[in-house]
Amino acid sequence: MSELIDKQKATISKKRRKISKEESSLWWMYIPALTAVSLFIIYPFLNGIQISFTDWNGFSQESNWVGLDQYKRLFSDPLTWLVVRNTLLYGVGSTFLQLTVGLVYALLLNRSIKFKALTRTIIYLPVIISPLIMGYIWVFFFAYQGGALNDIVMWLGFDPINALGNPSVNPWIIVLVNTYQFVGISMIIYLAGLQGISKDYYEAADIDGASAFQQFKKITLPLLMPSITINVVLNLIGGLKLFDVIVSLTGGGPGNASQSMSTFMYTLYFRREDAGYAATQGVLMTFMILAISLVALVYFKRKEVEA
Amino acid sequence: MKTTTKWVLSILALIISLIHFVPFYILMTTAFKDRTDFSSRWLFPDYLSFANFFDAWERANLTNAFMNSIIITVGAALLLIFFGSMAAYPLARVKSRVNQFIFGLFVAIMVIPPLAALVPLYNLVVQMGLINTHAIAILNNFASFLPLTIFLYAGFIKSTIPKELEEAARIDGAGTVTLFFRIVFPLLKPITATILIISSVYIWNDYQFAIFFLQDSSVHTLTVTLSNFFGENQNNLNLVAAAALMASLPMIIVFLFLQKHFVSGLSSGAVKG
Repeated sequence: MSELIDKQKATISKKRRKISKEESSLWWMYIPALTAVSLFIIYPFLNGIQISFTDWNGFSQESNWVGLDQYKRLFSDPLTWLVVRNTLLYGVGSTFLQLTVGLVYALLLNRSIKFKALTRTIIYLPVIISPLIMGYIWVFFFAYQGGALNDIVMWLGFDPINALGNPSVNPWIIVLVNTYQFVGISMIIYLAGLQGISKDYYEAADIDGASAFQQFKKITLPLLMPSITINVVLNLIGGLKLFDVIVSLTGGGPGNASQSMSTFMYTLYFRREDAGYAATQGVLMTFMILAISLVALVYFKRKEVEA
Repeated sequence: MKTTTKWVLSILALIISLIHFVPFYILMTTAFKDRTDFSSRWLFPDYLSFANFFDAWERANLTNAFMNSIIITVGAALLLIFFGSMAAYPLARVKSRVNQFIFGLFVAIMVIPPLAALVPLYNLVVQMGLINTHAIAILNNFASFLPLTIFLYAGFIKSTIPKELEEAARIDGAGTVTLFFRIVFPLLKPITATILIISSVYIWNDYQFAIFFLQDSSVHTLTVTLSNFFGENQNNLNLVAAAALMASLPMIIVFLFLQKHFVSGLSSGAVKG
């Protein structure tokens, strides 16, 4: 009998071994994906670092190794600081707005009120529109001549406002438009988080006589931390990469006033034949986004643990 | 909740909806108004002028743009589903150091902005002779959406597909290919739907890759066509509005029909991740 069991065990372990052998031979399945990503993302990224040390103009066969010259130029170029500032404004500004406005919307729509489905649909609708087209839609609103905003301004008896042409205003309009477009995603992620919080906590808090604000601070907010982390990282990456909406809303102008690092890089490469320098801007942009998202991720993850 | 609070909050929700709808409303009043009609954009015309739509369709060559956008979106989405699910399977199932490294690599790539590598990427595409082809738009969108696809598939496989099922199939003698495509892939349907929806929206709306790699008008997608059309018609915003409305309509219709999947897909993907 025990002999029989041993024999059975042996066949099973043989089969097990066969399975794990088959499992470890699955690596070929990710080769196509890895090839695509290596060819179109990793290789260009590494090649970009190489190009950032040259004075390549973007189309000729020749280029010279110039060492750190492009980096020296990068850090002494006043435009770098302008576009970095704008990029940070688009990233951090939109993140802050989407976090707070999205939370307010989610808290509202998590209650049993009328028009819930309608409101959610309308807030989410812009997410599916192309950011480029979204920019144009807002041009119809903000345009100096014949814009919807100026219809009201003039009706009130004021002079029309050239909001999109005003360099101290238009970066903020870009932040607002980006927030308007993507606040729906933040809201949905918060709603999913809110629905995961057990009602028992609130019932217990009610019995203890905690106020609505105390419940929000001590229960809702800490338990929403994972949703907040996702929202911060998603919005930061999205905002720091911003491109389409800037192109369609202001074209980066007037002058360079509303350029971000992405639009600036595009201008350098396609309009000014300054590929080496554009690549340098690209390297800076990648490391900036990596660093900021990583810091945000670690910071908010730590808060999750504390909660 | 007290009824008064409920109604106050309901009205608040309605006001928020109205504010969020303003841009769409302005888009519509602009698109349906004659060029010579200078009434306020806040007023809906008492007639509906479809002339802008016919005119814009013709002049912007939207037939061509729609065809190109459809080819690129469908092509890239199919590649994503096929190769993305395939790649996620071993990464989710086999815990080896190599696999963990590869998975980490895919996740890290999600952060890299595609534009940061614009210069070398453009150079590479020119060298490959793929400039102004559908293929390059398909491949680029495929590659740049692949990390998220793999991330979502891997999360789904780990959390919902029972390993015993695969072991049983193996004992019955199924090879990897049969096992994956006949048994695992059909079970991935919910997340496949999510990825299909999110990636289609993303690829349909892509402008960055499209302006770099599709410079010839025969391969222009909707976004490129529209940005050129805007450039040419700055003084005729009614025409641009009509074109913008037509370009957005397919996604709006799809969204209104598949709303539930959109929302649940996005939240489950995000929360699980």
